[in-house]
Amino acid sequence: MTLFRRSEFIIACILFAAMIIIGLINPAFWSLDNLFGLLRSNVIIGIMALGVLVVMISGGIDVSFTAFAAAAMYLTIKVMVYYGYDGVVLPFIAATLIGLVLGAFNAFFIHTFRMIPLIVTLGTGSVVRGLLLGLVGTSVINIDKMPQQLINFAKTDLVSSTSATGTNFGLTAMILIYIGLALVTHLFLRYTIIGRSIFALGGAPEAASRVGFNTRKTLIFVYCFAGALAGFAGLLHGSMIWLANPRDFAGLELDVIAAVVLGGASIFGGRGSVIGTLLGVFMLVMVKNSLIIMKVDTTWQRVVVGLIIIVATALTAWRDRKKLV
Amino acid sequence: MQNSSFAKRILGQDRNILQLLVITVLVFALMSYLNPDKFLRYYNFESITYIMPELGILAIAMMIAMLTGGIDLSVVGIANLAGILAGVFFHSVIVGTSQSTGMLLLYTGLGILMALGIGLLAGVLNGFLISKLRITPILATLGTGQIFTGLAVVLTGGPAIVGFPDAWNFIGNGKILGVATPFILFVVVAGAVAILLTRTTLGVNLMLIGTNPRAAVFAGLRKDRMIFYSYMMTGFLAAIAGIILSGRTNAAKSDYGASYLLQAILIAVLGGTNPAGGKGRVLGVSIALIALMLLSSGFQILRFSNHLIDFIWGGFLLLVIALNAFRNTDR
Repeated sequence: MTLFRRSEFIIACILFAAMIIIGLINPAFWSLDNLFGLLRSNVIIGIMALGVLVVMISGGIDVSFTAFAAAAMYLTIKVMVYYGYDGVVLPFIAATLIGLVLGAFNAFFIHTFRMIPLIVTLGTGSVVRGLLLGLVGTSVINIDKMPQQLINFAKTDLVSSTSATGTNFGLTAMILIYIGLALVTHLFLRYTIIGRSIFALGGAPEAASRVGFNTRKTLIFVYCFAGALAGFAGLLHGSMIWLANPRDFAGLELDVIAAVVLGGASIFGGRGSVIGTLLGVFMLVMVKNSLIIMKVDTTWQRVVVGLIIIVATALTAWRDRKKLV
Repeated sequence: MQNSSFAKRILGQDRNILQLLVITVLVFALMSYLNPDKFLRYYNFESITYIMPELGILAIAMMIAMLTGGIDLSVVGIANLAGILAGVFFHSVIVGTSQSTGMLLLYTGLGILMALGIGLLAGVLNGFLISKLRITPILATLGTGQIFTGLAVVLTGGPAIVGFPDAWNFIGNGKILGVATPFILFVVVAGAVAILLTRTTLGVNLMLIGTNPRAAVFAGLRKDRMIFYSYMMTGFLAAIAGIILSGRTNAAKSDYGASYLLQAILIAVLGGTNPAGGKGRVLGVSIALIALMLLSSGFQILRFSNHLIDFIWGGFLLLVIALNAFRNTDR
């Protein structure tokens, strides 16, 4: 337990130091406008990261969830536009279910054929995105066609104020959904049998099944959970940016995985925490967004993300070094 | 007698090669049936020999990484970076068209050396992270792939670099005795890798390490060093693919060949490579490559959109996974 605490403590310290450095380079970092914007950018990546965290704790990896998110978002909004339906609750349930069903495919392939998750999810991701773009369509659904209630829902602010330049800004209420989902994930990982079985499966699959955990059920749950969260995040993303683009999220999986690894989760499974992931997501989003504030050319973004992945994984590998031969 | 033993040697112990040949023939028959007049033209097969090599070399690189149970997700990044670096070099030294042919050839040679050098260097970085720092190959190459692609973006600022010297384009577009240069290059590379894997200590060591890493260490194999070399090879091969790609298209861009990553993995796995390590043959990968090139060119003639072809690639990967699983349970 103390080790877990410690690794999150270190992440928090690094995060804090990074914030101070960025603030020193450009004090505009500390403006409410910027901070609210940062929190807003956390929501979508963060919700997806919760799903990836659970997959990683189970010892797997998922690179297909971004395709699922795009499919859930685009299909849901497309159907809503077609039937002229407007609402909030039903669409989100539908998007979540689409993600869940797609996640079940991942679980089916990984469990039935005992194939490496990375390769399976590369395949399912490409299948889903190929079908979505090839059969459903590639055209963007613009703001004038977007269901109004979805937009209004995502527009909800917790607090809003006016900046010195006269523009309105606010803290989106969607952050509450993110925090709520994180809390639920945390509680069930820690206090439910299925939650504990995920750690057991990731720590030692053979031992987990001998102790009596139903590894099949756990595996199915893990990938369905990741898919469902991705579907939900997908539709939320569409609502927040007021349009539905089926090409969205391409390449985002790397950022999300980076954030989860940055948050201290081990790719070998069995380790990881929600708090760490929240911090990891915040760190990644902050560094990426602050490059502009720090007057670094945006072309460097990918290099920075790559460096973050390398440094974070090198640190976790160093932490876990005794486990290896 | 002699004939059957020869066939046995080519086919190897596993029936995988045979299965692959059957798949290839089936794909060929299906595509010929679906569009007889367009698919069965010489032009179609010729164009396949131009498109195939870059992907094939990437797939062989992927196979080498998989031999030790690893994977290299940075191959496409390395390939693009190699092409772009050479492109930037050409832009800085070749100004106007006044240079003599000799100088141009010299510059092209230097550009090739630079591209191969950056590939080796990238491989060294991967190998260092994986064998020395013990980062999982997936994450290490995920990260370095971002860095290589990112550097490519920084070097170009986004748009494609165009205008390579003629000699460079010859590598990707030319013909030697009526055969596509990239195809000849592919055959040479595939042959060299096949010999390296089956006839040298390094190759045998890699197979052994992939089969059982623990036993390999206890048997005194220098596991870290061998894995290091294997990623250097992967990077080098990726750079060759990058040279061919930029030579064929006469351009280099940071996001070229993004779908090659999935396809390279698919071809390697379809070719009988075990992603968990210990098994993989150049011959298998080459046949898988031909099968999939026939498949995608056939669908292209049928006017399937690129997205649907992506779907077919992904579906094929899942199908192969299922097939392999069934074959393994039979034993």
